[in-house]
Amino acid sequence: MISEYLTKNNIRLGVEVADWQEAIKKSGSILEANGLIETEYIDAMIEMVKDKGAYIVITPGLALPHARPENGARKNGLSLLTLKEPVDFGHSKNDPVKVVISFCAADDSSHTQMLSELAEFLKDKKNVNYIKEVNSKKELLAYFKSYDKGGEGNEDFNSVRSRSGQ
Amino acid sequence: MKILTVCGAGQGSSLILKMNVQDVIDELGLDADVDNSNISTAKNSGADLILAGEFHEDALEGFEVPVITVSDFMDNEEIKSKIQNFLEKKGE
Repeated sequence: MISEYLTKNNIRLGVEVADWQEAIKKSGSILEANGLIETEYIDAMIEMVKDKGAYIVITPGLALPHARPENGARKNGLSLLTLKEPVDFGHSKNDPVKVVISFCAADDSSHTQMLSELAEFLKDKKNVNYIKEVNSKKELLAYFKSYDKGGEGNEDFNSVRSRSGQ
Repeated sequence: MKILTVCGAGQGSSLILKMNVQDVIDELGLDADVDNSNISTAKNSGADLILAGEFHEDALEGFEVPVITVSDFMDNEEIKSKIQNFLEKKGE
């Protein structure tokens, strides 16, 4: 359930940042504040982009920063940060980035369910566009709840549920 | 056919890409297994096809295995057309 992974404690909306590194730092600090990572994990997420490129911008306007479990991840978890003004991460097609979803995984496999549900949610461009525009955390949390219940506009809901068990 | 999705850490983007590739494979009715990994273990994976983000093109150069690069991991239409294109060229 998306509403179980993204709660009032790990969402920040409309945050101002100077560049992509600050975006990752602020996004990572939410994970840290929730006790999911050591501080070093944040630096490792930035290093991953410097080292391997901005491939974490997986879809237009959305980055998914993460590092390896051994970089200081304690538990599985997500954080959601939206930016007041989008910033470039250095991706040729998917820049600029407005939404930063960081995640940490305690090992190589136990986060699969979490990412699978996130992917199903993000696959619907309508959901991504909603996150880009929403200003109210309360409304966003209600949107997640509605999505989880298969609420209005979620015509794909049944096929989503039947596949999420794979 | 064995398909491998690849990213830097081998547990984030490649996992998401794997899920979407699996959907496309099911839709096309292909007989294929999809797995994900990081770049360093991809080389000796024995895969028939690798899908990755465009950033990994350089790192994947020199691989014996054909590589398809995807820019929008969440766009199943892009993934589908690129896989279909690959299969047509391959003559299947």
